[in-house]
Amino acid sequence: MSKFGLDDSDVVVIIGSGAGGGTMAHELTRRSLKVVMFEAGRRQTPASFSQNPGEAFGQLTWLEPRSQSGTWDPVKTSPTLPAWHCRTVGGTTVHWTAATPRLRRYEIQARTTYGDVPGTSLADWPIEYEELKRWYLVAEKRMCVTRRNGNPGMPASNNFKIMYNGARRLGYKRVHTNYLAINSRAQDGRGLCIQQGFCVQGCKTAAKWSTLYTEIPRAEATGNLDLRTECFVTRIEHDASGRATGVVYRDADGHEQRQKARFICVAGNAIETARLLLLSESARFPHGLANSSDQVGRNYCHHLTGFIWGVFDQPVHAYRGAVLAGVVEDENIHDPRRGFVGGYHLELVSLDLPTLPLVGLRYGWGREFAATMDNYRNLAGMLINGEDMPRPGNRISLSTTLKDANGLAVAHINCEEHANDIALRSHAQRQGQKIYEAAGAKRTLTSATPPATHQMGTARMSKDPEHGVTTPYGRAHDVPNLFISDGSVQTTAGAANPTLTIVALVLRQADYISREISAGRI
Amino acid sequence: MPAAKLPEAAGTIGRRQFVQGVTAVLTGVLGALNPLASLLPSRAWAVDLHALSADHSATLLAMIHTIAPHDGLDEAAYALVVSALDGDAAASEENRTPLLAGVTGLGADFAHDIESVRVQKLQAIEPSPFFQSVRLKTLMVLYSNPIAWAHFGYEGEAFSKGGYLLRGFNDLKWLPEVPTAASGPMPV
Repeated sequence: MSKFGLDDSDVVVIIGSGAGGGTMAHELTRRSLKVVMFEAGRRQTPASFSQNPGEAFGQLTWLEPRSQSGTWDPVKTSPTLPAWHCRTVGGTTVHWTAATPRLRRYEIQARTTYGDVPGTSLADWPIEYEELKRWYLVAEKRMCVTRRNGNPGMPASNNFKIMYNGARRLGYKRVHTNYLAINSRAQDGRGLCIQQGFCVQGCKTAAKWSTLYTEIPRAEATGNLDLRTECFVTRIEHDASGRATGVVYRDADGHEQRQKARFICVAGNAIETARLLLLSESARFPHGLANSSDQVGRNYCHHLTGFIWGVFDQPVHAYRGAVLAGVVEDENIHDPRRGFVGGYHLELVSLDLPTLPLVGLRYGWGREFAATMDNYRNLAGMLINGEDMPRPGNRISLSTTLKDANGLAVAHINCEEHANDIALRSHAQRQGQKIYEAAGAKRTLTSATPPATHQMGTARMSKDPEHGVTTPYGRAHDVPNLFISDGSVQTTAGAANPTLTIVALVLRQADYISREISAGRI
Repeated sequence: MPAAKLPEAAGTIGRRQFVQGVTAVLTGVLGALNPLASLLPSRAWAVDLHALSADHSATLLAMIHTIAPHDGLDEAAYALVVSALDGDAAASEENRTPLLAGVTGLGADFAHDIESVRVQKLQAIEPSPFFQSVRLKTLMVLYSNPIAWAHFGYEGEAFSKGGYLLRGFNDLKWLPEVPTAASGPMPV
């Protein structure tokens, strides 16, 4: 592995090694740029992934504390873990469940399509849909997405047979085993899915796309990548002209270091990306780096989620098989007659036994709670993934009460639910329950909102610098050599699980960076 | 035959024990069908406690049974929750004092009360940190061990056995099959 000098101002710094950072590292190194990529977590391999759900959680999860406030459920139900994402090489692509739907045209034109929804900061994306679609095609090929490019769909699991039959009986048409970045046949030097049901613990056959064993080793093979694990970036520095000059970080031994940089790509997950920009305040940027718009951290979106369980008379064994291998797409439309704007997906889901009572069920104890657990074998499950409304007050800020091990303020999350969020979620819950009733469920259950797994919107793209943090290419309006390369740039959330969109936008951003370099503008 | 030590519950391994001595021992006999029965040297099991007395542990066991009443779940699974709470209590005064106060507050009769009375008594203290911490520990430990996995029908990790691809991920027969257009072929 190459190792570049701390004073080498020729290197590109990438912060975070997940879907955004890992993909960017591959794209830049293969174009012969020298890259130093920082990852706060350790490096695992498919061989080292623990197959004990509790241990795997500790091995992969971002466990640094966060404070939170607002009316969303996690304030009460998950006070110490409002968001569930990774801190490991490969980032959240190590534990993701690999659903890769595209955003739809209406979703990136949310303000135009939905009109003026009071209390929101809805805006249209500053990108043409045709251009986004062009990069979706590249990303889907790269990630070997099922049901695209001739890749077969996943075979139907027990859990999906129930979803399919119920949904069809209810009249839904677009019901299938989902678009998944999981090998339905061996390709790309990776194995095929053997239906372990352990997507969240890390895929032992590497059938599931993760930058850990695709983009990152390919970047390393170029000789141009210096990956520094257990290194935590605490600050981005800039010069008198406002250009970023490098980063301050704590190395694996806890020593403070400075790495110079030609330009910087931040891909720390929308919560940590916003936190890092806010922590990088200076005399020139008193409210945080690249924050003259005051939009850094605002418009935080996390998708409206929640589990729906059907209790059946006969065994389902939902934990057997790829976790998210099923979807009902029919409600991913804009139809205000339903009583809300935006739409949602109903996706297949299962939880292992230890995790079910911790995140999958409503608060409870005693006979009723126990009866649900007693029916574990006979539970079929689905997960709502709906568009939430961006709001200026739903934001990541610096906690005034909690600090991390380095003495830095941790992220504070404030989330107030909009009436549209509540209406969309109740509709989705009702439809999901109807699907299970149509399939013969004797009882159905819904859950509270589990910890957020999709983080978006905290450095949104905008045409003009007053209304967003980044340009339509994710370049900071205020700092010309600073790029945001993760879900933070999404102008709105849509209802699509965000990883495919992150990869598509990063592939596009890398292409743009390469053209800007050729033109002498970086 | 000597009693087998149950594996320690998650979260208790490697703790610095505040109290070194053994304060009580929980014992029981695993059901013959329990998967652990074939792995341990004896079906009789024992859990050493380091902070809780025998009376404390009887009250806590009754409380855990009331929070998560699973008929037929082996007593050894419930003992793991007591062991985890005992481990936390032994590790620090900060954990031990409120736990012992909470247990004492339930009264000496609690372990002998019928279920409906125990439910009423727990409802009365439901908002307390004591109740909530025992409830959370129950959720975290009771379902995270092979005894519970066998009881509830969770088969756990499958990589070492080739996944569930050929071991039942699609064995449901009580609904019509899904057309290939909406799914995909089994890999050869």
